[in-house]
Amino acid sequence: MSILEIIIITFVKILFIITAMLLTVSYSVYFERRISAWIQTRLGPNRVGWEGILQPFADVFKLLLKEDIVPEKSNKPLHTLAPFIALFVAFSTYAVIPMGPEVTIFGYKVNLVVADVNIGILYVLALTSLGVYGITFAGWSSGSKYSLLGGVRASAQMISYEVSMGFSIAGVVMMASSLSPVAIVNSQYGWMWNAIVQPIGFITFVISAFAETNRLPFDLPEAEPELVGGYHTEYSSMKFASFFLAEYANMIIASAMIVTLYLGGWQVPYIDKLGLGETLTTLIQVGAFFAKIGALIFFFIWVRWSIPRFRYDQLMNIGWKVMFPLSLLNVVWVAVVLMIFN
Amino acid sequence: MNLEIILFIVLALVAVVSSVAMITRPHPVISAVFLILNFFALSGLYLLLNAQFIAVVQVIVYAGAIMVLFLFVLMLLNTNKEDNIFKQNKALKIFAIAIAVLIFAQVAFLIFFSSPSDALNSQVAESVQSGTIQQIGTKLYTDYILPFEAAGFLLLAATIGALVLSKKKFE
Amino acid sequence: MTSIPLEYYLILSAFMFSVGVTGVLIRRNAIVVFMCIELMLNSANLTLVAFSSFLGNPIGQVFVFFVMTVAAAEAAVGLAIIIAIFRNKLSVNIDEINIFKW
Repeated sequence: MSILEIIIITFVKILFIITAMLLTVSYSVYFERRISAWIQTRLGPNRVGWEGILQPFADVFKLLLKEDIVPEKSNKPLHTLAPFIALFVAFSTYAVIPMGPEVTIFGYKVNLVVADVNIGILYVLALTSLGVYGITFAGWSSGSKYSLLGGVRASAQMISYEVSMGFSIAGVVMMASSLSPVAIVNSQYGWMWNAIVQPIGFITFVISAFAETNRLPFDLPEAEPELVGGYHTEYSSMKFASFFLAEYANMIIASAMIVTLYLGGWQVPYIDKLGLGETLTTLIQVGAFFAKIGALIFFFIWVRWSIPRFRYDQLMNIGWKVMFPLSLLNVVWVAVVLMIFN
Repeated sequence: MNLEIILFIVLALVAVVSSVAMITRPHPVISAVFLILNFFALSGLYLLLNAQFIAVVQVIVYAGAIMVLFLFVLMLLNTNKEDNIFKQNKALKIFAIAIAVLIFAQVAFLIFFSSPSDALNSQVAESVQSGTIQQIGTKLYTDYILPFEAAGFLLLAATIGALVLSKKKFE
Repeated sequence: MTSIPLEYYLILSAFMFSVGVTGVLIRRNAIVVFMCIELMLNSANLTLVAFSSFLGNPIGQVFVFFVMTVAAAEAAVGLAIIIAIFRNKLSVNIDEINIFKW
């Protein structure tokens, strides 16, 4: 393959990912509203297009037309920078997540991942640890006490839960003995899904993912009854929309990470034994990847509309006194499993 | 001019400008923001030097953990800005800058007159190898296992120390 | 790799170190002084990584790893001390923290 071909293939992949991400993000907002309405026996948005299917576009259009208000006491450069950090971090994580096996399209061997980096997991960890800056800067630069409180809460919460998230990932890395997401997915062949091999790590990772994405029951940084809107109280127009999109993009990233690390990625157990054609197998595998993500997004929304919010001290207690020891226990468990079976 | 030199110049400029901006901005939070920018430039320089593991760890540890801690404390204490960094105590400032220039001149003198790169004869392949996580991990867990354990112990001690120090009352 | 001489990295590192020294001497906010020390540690790290990479020897990078560990420990303890001082004096200005002078 020449350099030009590699560049073109990568470019097509990036384009595909960004389009898919923007569409899924805006539609996850729509589904969140419809599912919450369904849970609360309301109707939800159903006017724009068939069953409200065009609602996301109407929302974006409305937000674009609104005035962009910047508070007088804010720090303007940081106030503008914060939503960009949030969006950038949310979208660039997706580069290392594999969507399918290696396939041959038009005679080219294509890996269905934008960048197969051999330290991909570290890359994801680095980016998630940067996600906190978007929220912290937004909170501090707004010059409002509610925003500041939201920012302080967010930074404390995200640092605390990053620890247990890192240790949960350590278990997965030990199983695959590689930091590359492609290798991690390949190591989960058949029913060797990490969710089955290391259930404690799976649970701690899912709970940490909820905390990292600031979703209920851990949405303390933006708790409406206490903090008005938390860190994005002082944002309006497209800057607010950026935070909103980043939040849903983070939710999708978290789902994709859970699928990649614990639910076998694009693997469907023993599908290669069925003797289907290569094309059909690949299609089913890619479909399975997106179906798993969809199911997890539904789970995220379901939890949000079913469980009340934690108090702040409860949140910290769970993070340090329950999740952290459990994720350490998981590392020990994986080590024992590896010692017995190797 | 190849790509590497352009990248080096850009990253070095970002590092230089952000470090100077960091010590001259009166508001501590803005200083912290510039320091974070500086750490990113450094991480890019590490990538140029083929030290990919250190580059990622730089972002995770410095930008992702230590600086968040700094920002957290800055926001918690909500300290005011120092309006008078340049006004008060002129003599000290001139003295400080003189000392800094002296240190820089000394190091630069050493670098140019001992020409350290004469002693090197490294191949690119070798340096690519030395930056991988496998290489560093092997070193860490074989030759440097004792310092590694000591570092872990140090972190434990620091955690307990920070907890005790930040308690409101000593019982 | 071979196109950029080692000296460039060393000069950059020396410059950042001197900026850090200046910052420690002229700033009065204890937290900013602390950040300047982090800057100095980082400039030393740059030197270590540059030498390690040019010599093709990972030991320099292992050492950087330890420096980062120590920096993290130092940040945690140092910030805890600053918070404790702030509780007593309601200030983090290092000119006002002079009780040991007596």
